[in-house]
Amino acid sequence: MTIRTAITVNGKDTSREVEARTLLVHYLREELGLTGTHVGCDTSNCGACTVLLDGEAVKSCTVFAAQIHDCNITTIEGAAQADGSFSPIQEGFRQEHGLQCGYCTPGMIMASTALLTENPNPTEEEIRHALEGNLCRCTGYEMIVNAVRWAAENPNFTSGGAK
Amino acid sequence: MSLVGARVLRKEDPNLITGNGQYVDDLQPAGCTSMVFVRSTEAHAKIRSIDTAEALALPGVLAVWTSANIAQLANCPGGLPGLDQPLLAKDVVRFVGEGVAVVVATDRYIAADAAELIVVDYEPLPAVASLSAAMAPGAVVLHEVLGGNTVHFQDFENPLNEAFAAAPRTASLHIVNNRCAPSPIEPNVCLADWGRSGLTLWAAFQAPHHLRNTIANYFGIPQDSTRVVAPDVGGGFGAKINFVPEFFLTALLSKEIGRPVKYTQTRSECLVAMLHGRAQEHDASVAFDNDGRILALKLTVTQDQGAYPNGTGMGLPVLTTAMAAGCYRIPAVAISWRNVVTNTTPVAAYRGAGRPEASYTIERLIDLIADETGVDPVEVRRRNFIPVDAFPYATHSPLAMYDSGNFAGALDELLKHVNYDDLKKEQEKRRQDPAAKLLGIGFSSWLEIAGFGPPGSLEAFGHLASWESAQVRIQPDGSAIIFTGASPHGQGTVTTYAQIAADELGIDFDRISVKHGDTAVVPQGIGTMGSRAVAVGGEGVKTASGRVYENAKRIAAHLLEASAEDIIIEDEKFFVKGTPARSVPWSEVAWKSFQPLELPGGMEPGALDSTVFQQVPNFSFPSGAYCCVVEIDRETGGVNIVNMYLVDDCGTVINPLLVEGQVHGGVAQGIAQALYEHMLYDPSGVPRTSTFMDYLVPAASDLPGYVTGRINTPNPSNTLGAKGVGESGSVGAPPAVVNAVVDALSHLGVKHIDMPVTPIKVWNILEGAK
Repeated sequence: MTIRTAITVNGKDTSREVEARTLLVHYLREELGLTGTHVGCDTSNCGACTVLLDGEAVKSCTVFAAQIHDCNITTIEGAAQADGSFSPIQEGFRQEHGLQCGYCTPGMIMASTALLTENPNPTEEEIRHALEGNLCRCTGYEMIVNAVRWAAENPNFTSGGAK
Repeated sequence: MSLVGARVLRKEDPNLITGNGQYVDDLQPAGCTSMVFVRSTEAHAKIRSIDTAEALALPGVLAVWTSANIAQLANCPGGLPGLDQPLLAKDVVRFVGEGVAVVVATDRYIAADAAELIVVDYEPLPAVASLSAAMAPGAVVLHEVLGGNTVHFQDFENPLNEAFAAAPRTASLHIVNNRCAPSPIEPNVCLADWGRSGLTLWAAFQAPHHLRNTIANYFGIPQDSTRVVAPDVGGGFGAKINFVPEFFLTALLSKEIGRPVKYTQTRSECLVAMLHGRAQEHDASVAFDNDGRILALKLTVTQDQGAYPNGTGMGLPVLTTAMAAGCYRIPAVAISWRNVVTNTTPVAAYRGAGRPEASYTIERLIDLIADETGVDPVEVRRRNFIPVDAFPYATHSPLAMYDSGNFAGALDELLKHVNYDDLKKEQEKRRQDPAAKLLGIGFSSWLEIAGFGPPGSLEAFGHLASWESAQVRIQPDGSAIIFTGASPHGQGTVTTYAQIAADELGIDFDRISVKHGDTAVVPQGIGTMGSRAVAVGGEGVKTASGRVYENAKRIAAHLLEASAEDIIIEDEKFFVKGTPARSVPWSEVAWKSFQPLELPGGMEPGALDSTVFQQVPNFSFPSGAYCCVVEIDRETGGVNIVNMYLVDDCGTVINPLLVEGQVHGGVAQGIAQALYEHMLYDPSGVPRTSTFMDYLVPAASDLPGYVTGRINTPNPSNTLGAKGVGESGSVGAPPAVVNAVVDALSHLGVKHIDMPVTPIKVWNILEGAK
């Protein structure tokens, strides 16, 4: 059974005939070619597939594409600022070495984005708690915490359009 | 200004933080198909029949294969002859997760549907899921050719009976080093495209040339038209240096159906099909005097190889026993090891690969000696350290000729951060207060063998050689491209190598690119494992850059009508020492290096292109001192790490930011092994931890912050002085954590607790003491 779904992704309208069971993460990766959102598990533990659904962090492996007709999705490809500058969180991850292999990073950045929207100045403990649903196997997390703190301390960061 | 030693931000990051990384699963060539496995649900069984009819009939299914389709093919490379794993199980399955059939379909959903329709009829056999079960008299035999389940037994040369009989004191421990699943967040992924011009395999792998050479030899096709590409790789930790059936099956099926075939492992598959690590049991005895001085050490390692032993797995106990004495001067050391097969996932390298097991046991023994003699654990370490003036120091093992280190110096540096006396007072105070959490302080003075390696070392694991390749190619505009045979998967090698090359070449960091991972582009290489990328590969970049720079100076001297010895470089300009007004920029030297008429006599175009196969004379020996402080909740048995102090000696640091990252990551995996992770099987061989719901990879809230420090004793085996740091944390952390927990409970008579130290284990001890 297929269903037509229309989803706004990173500000652009998309519409596809999809199987009812098509996961949002596969819609993004395989239908739209937005491969920045990754898959790291099959039990919704790892958070590599985290995207923003109407501004809230969700694991796109637990959402059906057909279920979010007319919703807004932001993926890592849409995380940068309008002028092309990295977002403060992206820049924070770069400045603080918050990534190594980079596989969990898009999910971490999206989950951190949601956190800072809700709580612009989180403590270390609040950051660790908020990122509980995102696993990183490389960094040991301290530098991820530092990256989020960097973003909290530099909310107006811009590279003037330089990417 | 030197870039070596500078905190430089990574060149890798802009792509990775914007979603522009390119991992294998991101590739979707035209006509790409999807392969899905049917994996054994039985630990040990005969296959009576496999019914594929319904699967084949499903629209969109392009092929369904069982072992019958590949009956003529050899087993998966990397195993031991006669004990190696078939690409798909033939007649018998030997572990849960072994591949039984594969489906290729036009998309992953259809392939998964079809896999569900395949019916495998098993006749269960008795299974052995632990070392003790496998070695019990009358145990079922996995491989008839062996006659039993022991693959290899290396007995003591001399069991040191007299030394132990004569010693004032002795103590023994039986130690289980828990089986771990490496669990990179990107599981195993590969994509094969075998067309008229040859075979291309994109694979999440740490040693692409190793795979290219092996897969070409396996199929009997020329290596020149076989290409392996490891693009961005989402973590490896040693688990992505093993040959697995997936690579060979996607290639075969691509040839069969004439389309690209992609395999993307699920996490549930990854936890049972990607090779595991550790899985050792140790019987360790130590003889010592009343002052805590060690007189003799005796260690037997029993290595669980899983169902199909492989070359790397067989090497693990060799490395463990080689490093058995740690950083201590022990007059007599006896080692013995045994390799045993069980009905479990095969075992191979996982971050540290044999060395965390060694450091864990010797560091547990040191604390046991402290407990027995009443000498403080820090003091026992000091009394037994190999002194600084003893290097090079020959150990009991010909593999381990320690060449540098300062074990007492690292411990001194560590104790600057730790208020040890205050902590001990606090510990005593809390023991008197039933409402207070118990406090424990644990140390580890660890040492590992890294920088693989000297000639012959990696050959023993089936690799072509032990050098690493580096090619430096100056472009006509004076920028440089470095090609390396190392194959990074998160280490930041692109940045590190650009730093090394920038210093050697005098070219701006931003005008240096580093390429890796593609056998069609990079000179024959070896790969990234064994903490070798800087100590061997980075040294190669330095050597090749140095050769290019010498030739560039000759060209500059020719253009400036001066002598090459008088040429120096600054801000990418060559000039004659003392006359800065006359200079020639790198860009001009580079441009003219391609023009025969501009070159000095005897020099040919291509002089600014150098390829090096860098050899090193010895392994390297990173070391350090760690301290872990834990609190234990008396009601729940929960262990909380309050502080983790880490002093590393990895020799020269190229980039402190990246070294810090490697230490943190290794320590996190070490803590995870000590407190959380355990790949468990029930007695029938069914895995009990096959998803991230029950295999506990820690999250941010499960791990502490880290206090880091460093000392530096340069590595004498390369001119950089770097030793490697990728595996150090996983070697040093587990004993520090467990020593801290045992210390917290020592007043209850606790001598040892096996990892992972879960709340239930601690709670049982606390309840038992009531």
